[in-house]
Amino acid sequence: MNELEHTSYEQAEGESRPISNARLAVLVLLGAEIMFFAGLIGTFLVFRLGSVTWPPPSQADVRLPIGVTGLNTIVLLLSGYTMFQGLRAIRQGRQKELRNWLFATGLLGITFLVVQGSEWIRLVHHGFTLSSGVYGSVFYVLIGCHALHVLVAVLWLLVVFAGAIAGRFSMNRYVSVEVCAIYWAFVVVLWPLLYILVYLI
Amino acid sequence: MNDHTHESHDHHHEESFIRKYIFSLDHKMIGKQFLIFGLIMFMVGGGLALLFRWQLAWPDRPLPIIGFSKTYQETGEVATDADRKWEERFDDDKETWLETNMPGGVIDPAFYNSLFTMHATIMVFFVVVPLLVGAFGNFLIPLMIGTRDMAFPVLNMLSFWSNMLGGLIMMAGFFVPGGHAAAGWTGYAPLSSVAEYSGVDWGQNLWCISLIVMGISSLMGSINYITTIINMRAPGMTYFRLPLVIWSLFIVAILLLLAFPVVASALALILFDRMAGTSFFIAAGGGEPLLWQHLFWFFAHPEVYILILPGMGMASEMLPVFARKPVFGYKSMVFAMIAIAFLSWIVWGHHMFQSGMNPALGASFMTTTMLIAVPSAIKTFNWLGTLHRASIRFTVPMLNTLAFVSMFVIGGLSGIYMANSPVDIFIHDTYYIVAHIHYVVFGGSVFAIFGGIFYWFPKMFGRHMNATLGKIHFWITFLAFNGVFFPMHIIGVGGHMRRIANPMQYEYLQPLQPINVFITICAFILGVAQILLLINVFWSIFRGKVAEQNPWQANTLEWHAPTPVPHGNFGAIPQVYHGPYEYSVPGAETDWTPQTQPNGESLHGEPIPVGASAD
Repeated sequence: MNELEHTSYEQAEGESRPISNARLAVLVLLGAEIMFFAGLIGTFLVFRLGSVTWPPPSQADVRLPIGVTGLNTIVLLLSGYTMFQGLRAIRQGRQKELRNWLFATGLLGITFLVVQGSEWIRLVHHGFTLSSGVYGSVFYVLIGCHALHVLVAVLWLLVVFAGAIAGRFSMNRYVSVEVCAIYWAFVVVLWPLLYILVYLI
Repeated sequence: MNDHTHESHDHHHEESFIRKYIFSLDHKMIGKQFLIFGLIMFMVGGGLALLFRWQLAWPDRPLPIIGFSKTYQETGEVATDADRKWEERFDDDKETWLETNMPGGVIDPAFYNSLFTMHATIMVFFVVVPLLVGAFGNFLIPLMIGTRDMAFPVLNMLSFWSNMLGGLIMMAGFFVPGGHAAAGWTGYAPLSSVAEYSGVDWGQNLWCISLIVMGISSLMGSINYITTIINMRAPGMTYFRLPLVIWSLFIVAILLLLAFPVVASALALILFDRMAGTSFFIAAGGGEPLLWQHLFWFFAHPEVYILILPGMGMASEMLPVFARKPVFGYKSMVFAMIAIAFLSWIVWGHHMFQSGMNPALGASFMTTTMLIAVPSAIKTFNWLGTLHRASIRFTVPMLNTLAFVSMFVIGGLSGIYMANSPVDIFIHDTYYIVAHIHYVVFGGSVFAIFGGIFYWFPKMFGRHMNATLGKIHFWITFLAFNGVFFPMHIIGVGGHMRRIANPMQYEYLQPLQPINVFITICAFILGVAQILLLINVFWSIFRGKVAEQNPWQANTLEWHAPTPVPHGNFGAIPQVYHGPYEYSVPGAETDWTPQTQPNGESLHGEPIPVGASAD
């Protein structure tokens, strides 16, 4: 994002806009992301509402890890809070605090991924895989797509974190942090919805 | 990268060949790359159509020149080089590509399936969208809104190159074992999700992967277009002073942005079904084949408006210029496009009347579909209103635009029949549908593209295309086009199914066969005529008559930029004073009033902003 920012003509024209190009672009990107997940969630709902019992009889013995994933949900929500604090810090020009908050956010994000991954491994060991009927298919694809998005968000965060260590952000210059935070907010806010849909009901 | 930005304001800066022509960041060059890409794919897609048209007119007869000669078929004697080569091919142990797909020059039925599938896929995703949205979108948006480039030039370059990658993956599908995707461009499951059903293995996988790559390409393009149009308009360029083609591209960018991710998710699910043992769309495994149709058409109905809206915008751009009149009902044009875009989201079920649907749901989809006739009619009447009592200049772009308007009306009218579910059940999956889609996409979008290429060529390449050759190309294309697609209405109502390799197998279709022969002859004329266009484009790039700055005497900002357009487009960013269609303003010195010219009160009744001044 940083690089794209630089190559735009934004600074060149020196105009004031209600919203900068980068912020607008990431919001537009979220529009597409929402439609992507709408397609997958729609698929999930077609199967969920089309089945008399859920999980379907063939997978009746599958128990999703509701408790651990519930704790993991809290971890991800916390990371949304730390990200927001980081953004607030740099808006007030506190670079060191930004670094700390970003570090915490990254740690929480990675924790979320590790827990998700280990739960998956446990499920696969129990014989619940991608090809275990539609129940397994929608579970792994939907949750996997979210995990992939968290992974991308973590990688993006690492880039921003490197920038923060290099001291590239200041009170007047934090667009890169903000666009990453917007994306982070998306993956955080999406998760409880998926958790409720896939694990709880 | 950073260095490049600073240099880009230096208009005399010389760039290396690779930077300038291949990995260019300049929206104009990227637009031209899309143009060339689209034209080449247009020839490929058209060539596929000619192959299957041959098969439809003369089923199981060897292709001319490359197939067995008539003598060989009758007597078994080698008469031509082709005969000898075929004998050699059949004799050795290797099975070559030609032997698999057209043994002896006869198109294999499995190959026929790939041919019509790929004709549609290529024309929709690799010709019309890259040309309308990629080529004209990239070239026109910054020039017409008065800015120096797209908001994100690097993203723009990546968009073209991922488009190119998608094209290569799609082309590679022809050469994998099992042949290319053969489930139709709609890729209906379970035909597309189980390899055994169509006999296609990697072809279908590559088809899915290529379309996902295309989706990423258009996502990058959409983000760029939306950001650029919202944020980078020249001073004074309010939303209601935007040229209609920019409005159409803006709306299309939003449609692409929101529609493509849905099909990307569905394509991913198909890939999982094919490669990872899931059964989303396979009924045997508890899946739901109809789900694919819902997801696909939820994307593909907005997609068909993506194919036509920029054409509408370009027609609205060219009509006033050559009618020398303001476009009739500017704001109603904008709102009609917004209405079409909105309605496109709630009509997808009309593709599925035959797939099994609750009649109440069918009736609702029927109603919403019929509603689209209202904004479409508003646009048509506005175009006619623009032409009414105009002193029309019958240039090549104008001829193509008039063809667009009239052919779009025919395509629109046949669409109303299809929207009625009782009628649709009768004509479903017949050539009537094929006629309809081609009247809208070829008669509509492609004529708009031809017009647009002629119209903006002087700004793109600094030279004119040859008008005489252009008129010859137009008239042959127009007549041959109607010769190809009008009779399809008739055979369609006669019950001729689409996607059949040999109509002669059906007794009740045999009396229609002469019409098939006529269609194919016209199709070959149509195909050959496009060579004239290619010659005209490539010859004119180097040898055409040098163009002046504003050859059509048009108002919009791209004609304010010098020709050829330098890097950065404008000397100083222009100030805009009024709407784009103020032609033949009473009391004005000329019959055109460029958007940069202060002229008291604008025709839309908006006073000039206080304190605004000319550059």
